[in-house]
Amino acid sequence: MADAATTQEPTRRDFLYIATGAVGAVGLAAVAWPFVRQMAPSADVVAAGAPVEFDLTPVPEGQIVKLFWRGKLIFIRHRTQKEIADAQNVQIGSLPDPQPDSARVKDGKAQWLVVYGNCTHLGCVPLGNSGAYGGWFCPCHGSVFDTSGRIRQGPAPTNLPVPPYTFVSDTKILIGGGAAA
Amino acid sequence: MESHSTYVPKSGFAKWFESRLPIAGLVHSSFIAFPVPRNLNYFWTFGAILMFMLVAQIVTGIVLVMHYTPEATKAFASVEHIMRDVNYGWLLRYLHANGASMFFIAVYIHIARGLYYGSYKAPREVLWILGVIIFLLMMATAFMGYVLPWGQMSFWGATVITNLFGAFPIIGEPIVTWLWGGYAVDNPTLNRFFSLHYLLPFMIAGVVILHVWALHHVGQNNPTGVEVKSVKKDTIPFTPYATVKDAFAVVCFFIFFAWFVFYIPNYLGHADNYIEANPAVTPAHIVPEWYFLPFYAILRAIPSKLGGVIAMFGSIAILAFLPWLDTSRVRSSTYRPLYKQFFWVFIVCVIGLGYLGGAPAEGGYVIAARILTAYYFAHFLIVLPLLGLFETPKPLPNSIAESVLENGHGGPALAAGATAAPDRKS
Repeated sequence: MADAATTQEPTRRDFLYIATGAVGAVGLAAVAWPFVRQMAPSADVVAAGAPVEFDLTPVPEGQIVKLFWRGKLIFIRHRTQKEIADAQNVQIGSLPDPQPDSARVKDGKAQWLVVYGNCTHLGCVPLGNSGAYGGWFCPCHGSVFDTSGRIRQGPAPTNLPVPPYTFVSDTKILIGGGAAA
Repeated sequence: MESHSTYVPKSGFAKWFESRLPIAGLVHSSFIAFPVPRNLNYFWTFGAILMFMLVAQIVTGIVLVMHYTPEATKAFASVEHIMRDVNYGWLLRYLHANGASMFFIAVYIHIARGLYYGSYKAPREVLWILGVIIFLLMMATAFMGYVLPWGQMSFWGATVITNLFGAFPIIGEPIVTWLWGGYAVDNPTLNRFFSLHYLLPFMIAGVVILHVWALHHVGQNNPTGVEVKSVKKDTIPFTPYATVKDAFAVVCFFIFFAWFVFYIPNYLGHADNYIEANPAVTPAHIVPEWYFLPFYAILRAIPSKLGGVIAMFGSIAILAFLPWLDTSRVRSSTYRPLYKQFFWVFIVCVIGLGYLGGAPAEGGYVIAARILTAYYFAHFLIVLPLLGLFETPKPLPNSIAESVLENGHGGPALAAGATAAPDRKS
């Protein structure tokens, strides 16, 4: 039977074999996708990413506040003059993930640092105002961040990322605004 | 393998049934007449112990699900509900939580047995690889189960481990978001972990069937590592000899298990997990469960995120290649004077890694972890391939029967089968 297919003209069974296989493969791929895709963030989880407004007035100088956006922790740090100076007076080239402080804050708003609050190593929450650079120290695996949220020592590969945000007024920010992203 | 006897149905119903579904014959040839090397020691009872542990975990788990709520705001409270309100809930949960640890104690002894007696060598490579797959499934199951109580260690353990997949360039972050079903570990993550935690034990049971099938096809290894040459002389039937020995070992092991459950049920856990998950605060000292510590130490030893992840998964994957990395033709350490010493050095290395995995990641601990991680891989990639070339093994006995019946002390604690089994069929 098997060699009949190789020595003779293609039969109707050969046609059926290939056609069934092809349609079956397409069908399998089409049905696999929903099963893979259902694991991705659902519509309500994505919708929970609606922009949030945050009033900065109650945050005194030197304090760090935590808030959640899209289920992710965000630090808002009201930096002191010294902390700003520390963040700016750094040899950019010597950093593991080189980035000037000015690229991590908004123009004229250098006192406000807004960064994601999970360590870029494995996601623990670093402790504020600690570590050798006065920024953050992660107790899990020992990553040290400076007052700009940049990685200075330890296993974390990148700086704490800056979430998309804009200043809607002098004392109010909008996290996740469309224009900001 | 050739068997001691074959099943002959006696009653009329048994004959009728056997001709339609020969399951009685299968059970008879697998667990009654199956020929067992006569020199097996108690390290060979851990397969049976593991079988019982799997059943115990499935039974207690199914019952716990009747009272547990897989929802992020209710999960922690539902576990406390089990502990305080459900009749015998405390017992069922402690059995399940400590059962996981017992399962790993037994599997580590089982794996060490395989390493010591060379049970992974031809023709048992597939048997061994199936075992590595079971081990991986066990690790995934245990990890996801630990997340379900939704305590601080659950939450941060889940965060740290899922973030491992973020180490891969470009695809890392989309994979992590996909695993979470959100932008952080949250309710969708808990729900899918619950679903998979229920599924995986049954997948383990499936692979266990293949593992036992492969075992019964090639036959058991034994402390001499010499293959069975004569079923009549070298083996004894599974029942009653192995049955009673396995049953005795299982009962002893369950007494040990009960000691944990009734006297120190939280000894192997972490106090932080009795604090509800809080995504804004990480506990000061995150450690995985004890059975993951050696691998966690390897992860932290590598000063690069991606490198650490690769080394950690590699440290388990390398086991699957063991049959080809060990170049010696002699199986048992009893006849390999050098390998025997390296085996114990390796065991000490793994225990050392376990200790370091629980220690803070700083200073001397990190350096020690790096040295031991290097040794862990060197054992498989350098020591084992070279030993086979340079080691002079001791002379092997001609047969299993000769090793136990003539010198009387062929190995530790193994004479039981030899004296209890004269050459008669059961």
